[in-house]
Amino acid sequence: MQKLKIKKSMLSHLLPGLSSLAKRGLAGWLVILGAIIVAAVVVMTMVSPWIVPYDPSKINVGQPLLPPSPQFPFGTDNLGQDMLSRIISGGGIMLQVAILSVVVCLMIGVPLGLFSSYTGGVIDRFVSLIMDSVYAFPGLILAIAIALVLGRGVINMALSIAVVYVPSYFRVIRSQVLSIKEVPYVEAANAAGARKRTILSRYILPNVVPSIAVVATVNFADAILTAAGLTFIGMGVSVDVPDWGWDLANGRNFLLSGAWWVITFPGLMIILLALGFTLMGEGLSELSNPRLEQ
Amino acid sequence: MRVLPGDPVLLHFEKMENPAAMAAMRVRLGLDKPLWAQYFDYVVGLFSGNLGLSMQDYSPVAQQIFSAFPATLELAIYSMTIAVLIGIFLGVESSKAYNKPKDHMIRVFGIVTYAIPVFFLGMIFQMIFGVGLHWLPVGGRISPTMEPRGLIIPLSLPPGGFISHFLLSSLAGLILLVIYLAATKTKHKKLSRKDLIVSLIIFIVGWSIWTGLGWYYISIGELRISTGLFTIDSLLEGNIYKFVLTLKYLFLPSLTLGLVLCGIFIRLTRSNMLETLRLDFVTAAKARGLKESTVTYSYALRNAFLPVLTMMGLQFAILLAGAVLTETTFSWPGLGRYLVDRINFRDYTAIQGAVVVFGIFVSLVSLAIDLLYAYLDPRIRL
Repeated sequence: MQKLKIKKSMLSHLLPGLSSLAKRGLAGWLVILGAIIVAAVVVMTMVSPWIVPYDPSKINVGQPLLPPSPQFPFGTDNLGQDMLSRIISGGGIMLQVAILSVVVCLMIGVPLGLFSSYTGGVIDRFVSLIMDSVYAFPGLILAIAIALVLGRGVINMALSIAVVYVPSYFRVIRSQVLSIKEVPYVEAANAAGARKRTILSRYILPNVVPSIAVVATVNFADAILTAAGLTFIGMGVSVDVPDWGWDLANGRNFLLSGAWWVITFPGLMIILLALGFTLMGEGLSELSNPRLEQ
Repeated sequence: MRVLPGDPVLLHFEKMENPAAMAAMRVRLGLDKPLWAQYFDYVVGLFSGNLGLSMQDYSPVAQQIFSAFPATLELAIYSMTIAVLIGIFLGVESSKAYNKPKDHMIRVFGIVTYAIPVFFLGMIFQMIFGVGLHWLPVGGRISPTMEPRGLIIPLSLPPGGFISHFLLSSLAGLILLVIYLAATKTKHKKLSRKDLIVSLIIFIVGWSIWTGLGWYYISIGELRISTGLFTIDSLLEGNIYKFVLTLKYLFLPSLTLGLVLCGIFIRLTRSNMLETLRLDFVTAAKARGLKESTVTYSYALRNAFLPVLTMMGLQFAILLAGAVLTETTFSWPGLGRYLVDRINFRDYTAIQGAVVVFGIFVSLVSLAIDLLYAYLDPRIRL
């Protein structure tokens, strides 16, 4: 019975029906808008092989650096590749990196945060110290250092980004667990002899889920921007798969000759995707702690 | 935090097959020792300011970092200033127009700035102001004609330099004067003759100190480097032309970085102001008939500012990460660009050094912010 209830409340936090979201004012609409943007980009990337006008990796489809025209609506890049096709199919790497890094963060950050802050004592202090020092470090620079050690590749890039963002999960969870673990029903469960694992997963975790969702959306946006940044400074995944970040870095070389279309469209796509996640995060955070309701 | 070196010697010697030279180079770079010994050497060296030799050109990394650091510092100072000024201004405006269209627009602006990759914004600015309009330079830190070449102390005056120099010196004297008056005078006391004499003396002293400095630092074309912050250097020279030129180069990079960072300050200022504006003392001030702008900017903002200060410390790490990308975009010869350049050469000592210095820089700044916080907020004592 108890279990059923909690599952239901978790669901209502995680997947609130669209109608109930819309009823909750601006914040709800923000979440919906963000989700629509993200879903649109994901769908576009997934069906890209069937809808691209040209093969995105094929060179010399047209003349190099053609400005936008009816034949090539977004122009061509320096290799004569069609920019529109590259835009449509270029989100793959970023989405993979972002999803993978969020998953890794969830897998490490959430259990670590729950366990460490619930246990307390020396372990907690030690873990917090490490997490705080990682948190205080400039994220991109740390990611650069780790990516250098690990080498190229989607998984390595995701890992290096994940290391940077685990502390933000840890901190959010810790601050909440510290207050929740004093609540009577947790103490009661403790007194009734429930195992630590049960207490953490059944009584504490559901309370933390909304804030984890907020952190995760922010993490998505940040991971996309960091991945783009890593690609920009030449630590990208590979050259032969179309990627917005790579196009953006590549387009920089032709900026001075006035080829604005090579950077503008991939940049706008990155902004759009990051914006989708940011909007979702903004809306979710407002929904999960409604302050300033006048 | 430290990247353990691979084998860059091999990389460097790929072309020439010379085992003896390779071995000698290994010994020179300390790569013949086991890893733990290398690490130990490194940590010991760190405390004496020794970051090892670069694996690219075999010169001391510490020196290279030291010469690249002021550029990053200057960029950081100006972009943080821009971010905070824009953030506070928009935040206050947004909180005054709570739930009106203006408020929503500012909030959307804040969210959008958060989602823009900093290098993309930089490239757009380059495209518009550099390539399109030719208003501002697209990269670099200083015009090639002003490039400093070592220590040069020519004694001739640049044309037009004298007048600007004279004006600046007077300004320095005036500033000292104002500081003196503000420090000694309360509102209703009149000036006595003694005060006039003292202020005249202060003015002359300030003027002559500045003139002396100016004479010492005047050069023909090159910028005389004294602090490494070019805007300050050019002011120390008393050469407004150079100052404006330096600002032109600085403007786009710092605006880019500042705009990307300002979102969080907008949000923070807004939410704090919303809370402060509801407090009694604000209502009281309004009831006494004070001007709206006085109430918001000098009464309420003063209370809403402390969290912004804390946020400045936290944002500094993000600022430095953004600086790496901004410097790469604008070819700004700072620490971030140094880092990126060396990545392409797999120059591990240099990368390691740059990363360590970034870390030290961040911790020093957050320490400074904490101290400042304790000074500004009388409730907190160290």
